[in-house]
Amino acid sequence: MELILSLAIGIMAGSGIYLILRPRTFQVIIGLSLLSYAVNLFIFGMGRLRVGAPPIINPVLGSNPALYTDPVPQALVLTAIVIGFATTALFLVVLLASRGLSGTDHVDGVEPDNE
Amino acid sequence: MNPWLNHLPILPVLLPMLTGTVLLLSSDSRHGPRTALALFATLAQLVVALALLALTDGQLDGWPGGVGLYALGNWAAPFGIVLVVDRLAAVMLTLTATLGLAALVYSLARWEKAGVHFLPLFQFLLMGLNGTFLTGDLFNLFVFFEVMLAASYGLVLHGSGGPRVNAGLHYIVVNLVASLLFLVAAALIYGMTGTLNLAELPVRVASLTAGDRQLFDLGAALLGIVFLTKAGAWPLNFWLPAAYGIAVPPVGAIFAILTKVGVYALLRISVLLQDGGVAPAPFGGDWLFYCGLATLGVGTLGLFSAQKLSKLAAFLVIVSSGTLLTAFGFTGTLLTGPALYYLISSVLGSGAFFMLVEMAERNRTQVADLLAISFEAFGVESRHDSEHPDAMVGVAIPAAMAFLGLSFVSCGLLLTGLPPLSGFVGKFALLGASLDSLPNAPVLHVGLFIGALLLSGLAGIVALSRLGIRVFWDVARPTPHLQWLEAGPVAALLLICVWLAANPEPAMAYLASTSDSLYDVNAYVRTVLPIPQTSTP
Repeated sequence: MELILSLAIGIMAGSGIYLILRPRTFQVIIGLSLLSYAVNLFIFGMGRLRVGAPPIINPVLGSNPALYTDPVPQALVLTAIVIGFATTALFLVVLLASRGLSGTDHVDGVEPDNE
Repeated sequence: MNPWLNHLPILPVLLPMLTGTVLLLSSDSRHGPRTALALFATLAQLVVALALLALTDGQLDGWPGGVGLYALGNWAAPFGIVLVVDRLAAVMLTLTATLGLAALVYSLARWEKAGVHFLPLFQFLLMGLNGTFLTGDLFNLFVFFEVMLAASYGLVLHGSGGPRVNAGLHYIVVNLVASLLFLVAAALIYGMTGTLNLAELPVRVASLTAGDRQLFDLGAALLGIVFLTKAGAWPLNFWLPAAYGIAVPPVGAIFAILTKVGVYALLRISVLLQDGGVAPAPFGGDWLFYCGLATLGVGTLGLFSAQKLSKLAAFLVIVSSGTLLTAFGFTGTLLTGPALYYLISSVLGSGAFFMLVEMAERNRTQVADLLAISFEAFGVESRHDSEHPDAMVGVAIPAAMAFLGLSFVSCGLLLTGLPPLSGFVGKFALLGASLDSLPNAPVLHVGLFIGALLLSGLAGIVALSRLGIRVFWDVARPTPHLQWLEAGPVAALLLICVWLAANPEPAMAYLASTSDSLYDVNAYVRTVLPIPQTSTP
């Protein structure tokens, strides 16, 4: 499971970084989304991987920490998802405004001459 | 101590949040009440910040040790979220509220109407700023950073237009990537130490195993990169001149403090992590010193390249960031007090400058600027060079021009650090402190610091007079019309600087004790974690 998770994070982060270095705004926003997925999975992984362990204390089982998974990274991931979603949505609006105002989807607002 | 005073630390976050929400929901047609509410809320923040300043100084039966703690929901520190007020936080809050009030009043004259939702966004920006200074928790630092940045994305686009959207696009991408790095850093630090509480970090770090320590250092390095990006350190600052130069003036003015947030976070975390001889690379020492020096150099070069006053103002922000980073990278702690004095004076000065620039450049067209540059470059006689040299003699100077000229000179003196204003006091104190720390600090560092500081001042004055001559001695231009709402805030900010220069002792003494209490990590940790912590990870 560790291998799958780290591969997933690595592939998404790599593709994300490649895409945000591309010249089109749409590529950049997809890159940012992929990067934020990678980061969210990474935060999740920082709580150590556990299968079948709940994050919330069950009154029947008692409060032995060995029975539970760390709830803090899950809370952090939730916050990060919300914030990431909001900022990506905002970026999408700016992207559309830029497209409308400059007539091109290049990140600099002008088409390079050699294309 | 009055029990109600204990709830003061939450107000700088709550006030702008509630005000912003009400402003967002109320209709635009209620112009009067909306303006009054925004003004009242910002004024109230200033009052609260001043009260916190007094409380941390031990007045009004303040907190013992000068550190105040506010546990949200009354959950104790390592488990709950806390707000911590010490002298440094109080100083930054006061600075934010002062600058915020000035920028808000200025914006009411015309810029607030240049787009929608200026007032609520402005309040949310203040909320993010205040929260960043108050929080005692790494993840909340991230959240308040995001609140601040989300509001700043909206504000940088205020007024719209092609160039603004384009610069805003770059600004947003850079900051989104930096935010993602922040998350990775926070997750790494949490994964290794098991805490996000800033006061608990030094306790936990001391007991890390070697392998965990490496990963922790990686997290800390990433965190440092994030803060350096926000602070506008070279080579992470290419977005800054474009975004700051293109933003509308009141936004530029409040953005003057945005870079200082990065500097503040860097200082705060570095001090906490330095305890026990652990200071990860980007937070201090040679690394930060040379990074600051490079920033200073790039900013200085940028001053010469700027062809517009607003661009020049943006580069002056980079120069002041560079100066601060270099000072904090210095060996020893002697420079912190003077650096904070310099920070206050430079934030107020650049805030005033951003607002002044727009007033001075009003009625001037891009074409006039371009012509002036090409005249200069090709040595062509200017239009009105020596046609009627006597025509202007004896003409009364309009009050508006006199005010603009005087303010421009004051801003120039402030930002380049020439006497007699507070910029000079700050730089002089910095130079003095760097010489005082000589036996401990390498001679090379002291020499480089003094040289860079003096050179950047010289470059600043050359660049400012070059552009100033072009703007102010342009006879052909009509006199701009100023409103009291616009001139007032600039004058107020400059008068504060004059006061700071005239009475440097109380400010310097307060900032020296600020620096002392900042480096007294034990007092901070003891206030936040009253129960003695066992250092088991």
